Amino acid sequence: MPSIISIRGVSKTYASGLTALKSVNLDIHQGEILALLGPNGAGKTTLISIVCGIVNKSTGSVLVDGHDNVSDYRITRRLIGLVPQELHLSIFEKVWDTVRFSRQLYGKPHDDAYLEKILKQLSLWEKKDAKIMTLSGGMKRRVLIAKALAHEPRILFLDEPSAGVDVELRQDMWRVVRALRDTGVTIILTTHYIEEAEDLADRVGVINKGELILVEDKHALMDKLGQKQLTLELLKPLAKLPRKLAAYGLELAAQGKELVYRYDARNARHSMAEVLQALSAAKIAFGDLRTEQSTLEDIFMGLVKR
Amino acid sequence: MNWYGIWAIYRYEMARFFRTLGQSLVSPVISTVLYFVVFGAAIGSRIQDVSGVSYGAFIVPGLIMLSLLTQSISNASFGIYFPRFSGTIYEYLAAPVSALEMVLGFVGAAATKSIFIGLVILATSAFFVPFHVAHPLWMALFLLLTAITFSLFGFIIGLWADGFEKLQIIPLLIMTPLTFLGGSFYPISILPPFWHTVSLFNPVVYLVSGFRWSFNEVADVHVGVSLAMTLFFLGLCLAIVQWMFNTGYRLKN
Ligand SMILES: Nc1ncnc2c1ncn2[C@@H]1O[C@H](COP(=O)(O)OP(=O)(O)OP(=O)(O)O)[C@@H](O)[C@H]1O
Ligand SMILES: [Mg+2]
Repeated sequence: MPSIISIRGVSKTYASGLTALKSVNLDIHQGEILALLGPNGAGKTTLISIVCGIVNKSTGSVLVDGHDNVSDYRITRRLIGLVPQELHLSIFEKVWDTVRFSRQLYGKPHDDAYLEKILKQLSLWEKKDAKIMTLSGGMKRRVLIAKALAHEPRILFLDEPSAGVDVELRQDMWRVVRALRDTGVTIILTTHYIEEAEDLADRVGVINKGELILVEDKHALMDKLGQKQLTLELLKPLAKLPRKLAAYGLELAAQGKELVYRYDARNARHSMAEVLQALSAAKIAFGDLRTEQSTLEDIFMGLVKR
Repeated sequence: MNWYGIWAIYRYEMARFFRTLGQSLVSPVISTVLYFVVFGAAIGSRIQDVSGVSYGAFIVPGLIMLSLLTQSISNASFGIYFPRFSGTIYEYLAAPVSALEMVLGFVGAAATKSIFIGLVILATSAFFVPFHVAHPLWMALFLLLTAITFSLFGFIIGLWADGFEKLQIIPLLIMTPLTFLGGSFYPISILPPFWHTVSLFNPVVYLVSGFRWSFNEVADVHVGVSLAMTLFFLGLCLAIVQWMFNTGYRLKN
């Protein structure tokens, strides 16, 4: 897949001396939804800000659609729309005026029909003449999205779009995001909600302490997620696994005191009942059993704690 | 050039000005009226003519300059500081807008506002003293150059300040003495030699002198020198702004 954004060796040390990013490499594919996960202070916003031109990087390069984001900033910035993490809005302005302002700032001629369409999609049309200060937090978030879309970007960054947003608005927002993706817009979002990444993303990246520690296809991650493990505590330890049971993919563990069966929850080779029948046929008795399932959350926490 | 972008910034800044037009005009006009009452009528009637010009007419250019300087600085510094403070600056930085285009939008709007105020004060002055403008084109040129230069200076302050106190301290601490010692109310030739020499390091002297010359051909220094110094200061401010944007100073680091 062609990459629309190519980040090479990007690091950032702020004027305060704090190193927020350490040599990040990342390719973002054309038309995908990429979710960036990471704990507070991991460097997600810093990375996004560098790509968008809000923060100067210390080292490395960023190519957007093949253009350098510093020397060809006019081309690259026109391709990108940004919804910032914080609700940065001119509160005395009206919704319609601020959205029009955004489009103009990006050097695009008026297209009120297009802006009307966006506002309607985001259920903001009724509020178009309201002053921003009179809107709720969730509404302000929508205004930010409308502003980011006002110049018809091909790439959209959403920095924690679901912070402070109720379930209904989140559904609305994801509907819009999917519709955008269907028109070929590449979407990069950061989130603390792992289910959100699971739900929406094609790929998932994990940032921790300024390092990108994982970028993987969501389905590959889901396969890891789908791994389940059945552990049987045996009454009498086994020295060796009977050959018949080995055929089921069973393994001995804990010095023969436990039998472990690892399987894919969605398409196990053998049903649980088959495995248990085989055990009783082999006259192996067990005192207790437990099942474990690794979640994306476990994977995530495991990665981040290192 | 991103003309739409410049226009968007300019219009947004001007909209803020027109929303509060009354407030924007009332304070400079009132203070000018007070100056005329105190200096022009009360004290001025006891002061002899300066180089054949009545004292009241002598201070008109100085008073306009005074407002022009303070208004340019405060408009421009606030204009850029506020988006930094509120966070809305992100949109300007992420947009395909160059440093020059941002300056044209922000500084252009600030200069427009202060010229507008300067002209209102000029009109107000006409109610108090009879005066005439000998060189209207020079007057317009000095008005324009001063408004742009000091709006740029204000823009620099707005980029540099990291708190509202700093935003106010420069106009208060530096500009007030510079303008009062800049010959707005007296010809600097009446100062003792030492202070006269010190005054020549004050850029405001050149602005006021050149501006006053365009009214009634009374000047502390030659008008060519005034123009050269104004252009020099303009170039200096432009260079500083350029450096600030190139290095991302207090914006992107
Ligand atoms: N302008 C700045 N100056 C100095 N340090 C900064 C600046 N902005 C961010 N940082 C620091 O850089 C680190 C990364 O911050 P960043 O905002 O990128 O994290 P994040 O992953 O977006 O976190 P969160 O999930 O809380 O939004 C943090 O330690 C933060 O304190
Ligand atoms: Mg963040």
